[in-house]
Amino acid sequence: MPKKVLDARNITVTYKTEKGPLDTVRDVSLKICSGEIYGLVGESGSGKSTLARAIVRYLPENGYLKSGELELGDTNLLSLTKAEMRRVWGGRITMVHQDPNAAINPSVMIGEQIAEVVRTHLHLSKQEAKDKALEMLTKVRMADPEEVARRYAHQLSGGMLQRVLIAIAMATNPELLILDEPTTALDVTTEAVILDLIGDLMREYDTAVLYITHNLGVVARVCNRVGVLYAGEIMEEGSIGQVFKNKLHPYTRGLLGCVPRVDVNKKDISLKAIPGFIPRPDQLPPGCVFAPRCELVEEACREARPALKDIENGHLTACRRYEALKGYGDVIADTREAHEEAGYGELVLEARNIKKYFPVPGGMALFSKSKKQEVKAVDDISVRMRHSFTMGIVGESGCGKTTFARCIMGLEEATSGEIELEGELLPYSVAKRTRDTLRKMQMVFQNPDASLNPQHPAGEAVARPLVLLRNLNKNAVQERVKELFEAVNLPEDYIYRLPHELSGGEKQRVAIARAFAADPTLMICDEPISSLDVSVQAALMNLLVDLQESKGTSYLFISHDLAAVRHLSDWIAVVYLGRLWEIGSAEDVFVPPYHPYTEALLSALPIPDLDVKQESIRLKGSVPSAMNIPSGCRFHTRCPRKIGEICEKEEPPWQDTGYYHQICCHIPAAELQALQGEGLLKKGEGRAAQ
Amino acid sequence: MSETIKAIKPKEKKRSRFVSSFKRLRRYPTTLIGFTIVFIFLIIALFGPLLAPYAYTAQNLPNKLQPPSEEHIFGTDQFGRDVYSRIIVGSRDVLSVAGSGTALAVFFGMLLGLFSGYRGGLFDELIMRAMDVILSIPPLLLAMVILFSLGPSRVNVIIVVGFLYIPMVARVVRSVVLDLKTRQFIEAARLRGESSFYILYKEILPNVLPHLAVEASMRFSYSIFLVASLGFLGLGVQPPSPDWGLMVGEARTWFHQARWVLFFPAGAIALLVVGVGFMSDGLRRMLLPGGVSDA
Repeated sequence: MPKKVLDARNITVTYKTEKGPLDTVRDVSLKICSGEIYGLVGESGSGKSTLARAIVRYLPENGYLKSGELELGDTNLLSLTKAEMRRVWGGRITMVHQDPNAAINPSVMIGEQIAEVVRTHLHLSKQEAKDKALEMLTKVRMADPEEVARRYAHQLSGGMLQRVLIAIAMATNPELLILDEPTTALDVTTEAVILDLIGDLMREYDTAVLYITHNLGVVARVCNRVGVLYAGEIMEEGSIGQVFKNKLHPYTRGLLGCVPRVDVNKKDISLKAIPGFIPRPDQLPPGCVFAPRCELVEEACREARPALKDIENGHLTACRRYEALKGYGDVIADTREAHEEAGYGELVLEARNIKKYFPVPGGMALFSKSKKQEVKAVDDISVRMRHSFTMGIVGESGCGKTTFARCIMGLEEATSGEIELEGELLPYSVAKRTRDTLRKMQMVFQNPDASLNPQHPAGEAVARPLVLLRNLNKNAVQERVKELFEAVNLPEDYIYRLPHELSGGEKQRVAIARAFAADPTLMICDEPISSLDVSVQAALMNLLVDLQESKGTSYLFISHDLAAVRHLSDWIAVVYLGRLWEIGSAEDVFVPPYHPYTEALLSALPIPDLDVKQESIRLKGSVPSAMNIPSGCRFHTRCPRKIGEICEKEEPPWQDTGYYHQICCHIPAAELQALQGEGLLKKGEGRAAQ
Repeated sequence: MSETIKAIKPKEKKRSRFVSSFKRLRRYPTTLIGFTIVFIFLIIALFGPLLAPYAYTAQNLPNKLQPPSEEHIFGTDQFGRDVYSRIIVGSRDVLSVAGSGTALAVFFGMLLGLFSGYRGGLFDELIMRAMDVILSIPPLLLAMVILFSLGPSRVNVIIVVGFLYIPMVARVVRSVVLDLKTRQFIEAARLRGESSFYILYKEILPNVLPHLAVEASMRFSYSIFLVASLGFLGLGVQPPSPDWGLMVGEARTWFHQARWVLFFPAGAIALLVVGVGFMSDGLRRMLLPGGVSDA
């Protein structure tokens, strides 16, 4: 029987605000045993981080614990003084934060930062601490711990820094480790490596872990127990099997329904977005907090707040109607009528051999005789897109996806290549393109906060393209703005709102309306949903699909999220270090044979479905610098399937492996097929079956 | 805001934004003090001669260097003139000269900053290096050199103050523009074919204005100092003008007999500078709550 490490009972956290005290977390109880990884999931604003801060008694000045009991092992944390708490922090409870760059002191060597912690908490001598630091760096699988110990933060990649933070957190062998979104800022491939590391370390150390995340796929991969937090209350809690199998709360089902699946796409299902918003702590409904957004709501739900009820062996749910929910079966997405294949529309965009090299500014290049250095952000990418068609571009960050899109749009001038829109060759720079071209191509940007002018009302952003590119008169503009706001499901009075009065998802809707105002034939979406919550993501993806169907626009959809790309795209192009490595229809790219890089991306993707087993294929290190591109096949430095010298010396050939499905690899397609078998995603062999 | 949207926009919105700014202001008493001081000085300057009990030039030699009394609450100076009246009337000089100088600096600094930041490249490089040259010379020294060659006068002081503070305003504006230029709403404007003029004046400028207002208020307090210093050195407004700096300069000689002649104008300068400083702090809190990056 594992012993109980953290026992938090009936925690209520209150913030003093101008409007009076606000209970942001209400009556939450958590028990975490040794060796257990407890996943706490919820959307932003659900109180995850507040709860974690309350547990370590590190709330901001205006926050306090209104009620509750807090025990770590046999110690009552609430009875400790500040000075005693300081010995608990870093010793018995440690924490790893989301942003590794902010958590590491940039002017102290990595080794010293670990040694400092163990000197303080374990009272080791200088030499012992140094040895301990090296030992910890080895434990987190640093290839060369002695070298890493002598480095500074800026010399390490984000994934390596996060490993250093885990090393610091584990150095004192804590009883409780809190991980606050430790992989959110990282690429999928790096995330997968970190998640593996966390899993292995926990088996070794027997530490209790509180893992905070918004990503259900991550929870499904590493956690043993899971608690679903919503508006400061636990909605459902249980072992990973209980929660993911039975999903006995509508909110859990809602969250799972929002995540696009890797086996079907927009033609088969539309995602089930949760309607409405998470309530603010000062506007809580009187009954069940989820009632206003719930499909199963009945009168009794709105009257009294339902208590958490234990259904079986520690599976708790706060839903009164869980019995009814059982009857609903497993369907969590709306199926759609099978869509007819549109066949081949006319060619909209053809980009041939696009290259974009950035000169490396300054430095000694001026004085040295060597050739001027260049960053080859995009190095020979070609794509063709047809009418009412979505091309997905995936790849890790820094692989040139965004630069490619900006070259197409003309925001960056391509170094060479040809961009043809409906058969017409376009100049590189947006300033030289005709009005008509501008009208046909529009873009939705990644960061919703920066994509609207903070001083202009939302309607202004939508009105300008109508005036400039459609030559409409005043009344027609006003009519169109209203129609466009309706098309993106925003109420009419939002036209007059300033961006700071809108949420992230609403801003992105305005940005989509602005792009559609010009009535474009091609729209480039540069990670339009990646900074938003899952439920908002689902709603936006549905919106994009609907708009495409009604307007016949083609999308170039750029994302690092394979599941989103799979859901939205007809064709997928996989990019690595400025070049394409695999291109084909979405169905083909997701089944073998695939390029080893695609394979690694797929196996890293966290899937919130316990039935799916993924092979664990992990990439070493991070993407090489685009200033120093490896010779031969660019992927050879990290390729798990490297066959030998040929990969380092020769550029791989393109191979046709099916219906316009092409792979650029030295390994013959047939051999890849044999190596990869029936594919990475095996139904019915996941964690649930073990 | 474009005409099209304004036409269909309800009216109350603007007021509520202003009210919320004012509410934020109330939380900081120093800000309120700052605004009050500046406001009072503005009233004084506006109604100057009407408020003064005596004409600022009225001499009364038998009564020279009298300590504060009921008739002359700030005492009298070396010619028997009423110090109180002279300070009241002198506020016009200080506020108008420092104010016009600041306005000049803000206007040209803004233009330079906008163009330099937006155009970039060699143009930007040349402008900014020229600004660096001006900044590298101690301001008072530069002001003295220019005034010696132009000759001291009210207009010349305004020109000098404006000239000296252009680089600082330009730098602030340029840094904000550089930040804004990379925002996606600017790129969206380029993608719909907006002219550079529209982008600069409709998209960028409104976002620069809060920064500009804060910078202007700060420059204003420095200008007051500079105008007073130049007056003190006899290079600013010429006697018998009741310029505060000039008054301090003249009173220096009589300091041992009559401290009040020096104390009151110096105190007025200090009070105004502190008031403007508080106001500038308050403007920053009101207009730029999240700091520069939140533009």
